[in-house]
Amino acid sequence: MAATTSTPLAPAPASLQRTIFLGLGAFAVLCIAGWFMPKWFTFLLTMAAANGLVSLGIVGLMRGGLVPFGQGMMFAVGGYSAALLANKLGVTDALVLALAGGLIAMLVSLPFAPLLSRYRGIFFAMLTLALSMVTYGLLMKLEWLGGSDGFNLSRPTLLGMKLPDATSGYVMYVLTLFVATVLALIARMVFDSTRGLMTLAMRDNELRVEYLGGPVRQAIALNFVLAAFAGGTGGALGVMSLGHVEPSFSFWTTSGEFVFVAILGGWQSVSAVFVASMVLEVVRSFSGSYFPNSWQLALGLFLLVIIRFLPNGIGSLWSHKGHS
Amino acid sequence: MSSMLEAVGLNKRFGAVVAADDINIRVGQGERVSLVGSNGAGKTTFVNMVTGYMKPDTGSIKLDGTDITLLHPRAITQSGVVRSFQTPQLFGQLSVMDNMLVANACHDQRLSFWQSAQRREARDRAEALLERFRLAEYGQRRVSELPGGVRKLLDIAMALTVAPKLLLLDEPTSGVSADEKYPMMETIMTVLGDARETTVLFVEHDMDIVERYADRVIAFYSGRIIADDKPALALATDDVRRYVTGELKQEA
Repeated sequence: MAATTSTPLAPAPASLQRTIFLGLGAFAVLCIAGWFMPKWFTFLLTMAAANGLVSLGIVGLMRGGLVPFGQGMMFAVGGYSAALLANKLGVTDALVLALAGGLIAMLVSLPFAPLLSRYRGIFFAMLTLALSMVTYGLLMKLEWLGGSDGFNLSRPTLLGMKLPDATSGYVMYVLTLFVATVLALIARMVFDSTRGLMTLAMRDNELRVEYLGGPVRQAIALNFVLAAFAGGTGGALGVMSLGHVEPSFSFWTTSGEFVFVAILGGWQSVSAVFVASMVLEVVRSFSGSYFPNSWQLALGLFLLVIIRFLPNGIGSLWSHKGHS
Repeated sequence: MSSMLEAVGLNKRFGAVVAADDINIRVGQGERVSLVGSNGAGKTTFVNMVTGYMKPDTGSIKLDGTDITLLHPRAITQSGVVRSFQTPQLFGQLSVMDNMLVANACHDQRLSFWQSAQRREARDRAEALLERFRLAEYGQRRVSELPGGVRKLLDIAMALTVAPKLLLLDEPTSGVSADEKYPMMETIMTVLGDARETTVLFVEHDMDIVERYADRVIAFYSGRIIADDKPALALATDDVRRYVTGELKQEA
């Protein structure tokens, strides 16, 4: 059955307890399953969760009708921050680095948030893209940041413990899932809050929100800053698993992939964003193996099918009555 | 009667077009005033200046003694001025209940990242108001699927999620069938109640509605006020009969 193009009603919120129960349940199941998975697959899921955080921030903005095309910048800022803190200041705790990545990305976004909140549609998208490309240019030119090659960072510790070779990938997998679960639960709470509902209303009719006394620009600025935190945290977590940072994190094609995931997941469901991120990683991984020079073709076709048959993303498959 | 709205010497030009020419209006607490005039007479410009969407070139506007002339529209809303629109301004992709919850949260400044929009207290308040507007049966319907009259009422219900000092209704019965006009106005007036706590200004073209529901009529023509009196007296003046109701021929 072909999907209609009309936007579905906002899903009826479930109780907070049920959401937390489902989130923690999914986290526990994935942790147990991860122990039995091949290492390449846990790595793939780790990157999916880290990248999914960036897309989660984009979804937060999309709910208000805005699509940023430069969230790669936040991913890069989070990643470089974590790497610099580890290499230059000796901060090695993975949890601290993840939070620091998010907070520094948030700080970087602060001066731009009021400016960006004045723009809509393609202008907002292009301005965010411009910021990410300026960041990319700077990262390419600054030798002390490794220039075009970037640089490596050593394996992090966790809660004062060194991570052994055999299990470091699994520990990073669990940590990334843990942070992603916590942020996903917070995102669900924010989406269902009064501010979250106002954001949905802004997408429909910004003028009326203003006439009702709702602070539209402030909401956009706050959503942008929150998206930066999610993106920066995702960047820091991704970099710790990759062990390397490079300017391409802020390149426009990387931002495009985050937008791809956000569209694939849709605006209704938080969990769908992470499912979409996993789909991208799987498609990228398998297409890269079987069609090394044309995996983007498979990706493009996949997105075409999704937009045609699930215009509100794969989350619309299970978000009509409950929410997740 | 104390003054709720006081506009003094308002002027507004758009190039050569005079949209407001020395407008002086004083509206008492609890009054129900109808603004009448042909299209382009300056009614909506006046409403837009009161709500802050448009700033006058000169003049001042006071609400309950406080100057609101240069305030941002949102600040004016927060000070107690709410409005409905000729074309209902709703959130079409949300349900009727969600529209009310948005209005509730914005009006009350109860915006929070943590507080659920669907909490019981907010839903109860919204449901109670929907009941009073006879819209309860539409609660879970998507707004874009609703008939015009229901959308009009919802637009007004959203404006009344708080008890405003001043309610501006821009053509509340336009686009509504003749049969629905009076029931709609009755519903609105019933919700507003007899206590006259809210001052009402409504733009209207239907003179029967004006005569029945307004305490006073202010007639506009070409950016000027041509009559300001009780309905029976204002609507009987030659200027109003000539330029508003069209009962007299305009001079060549």
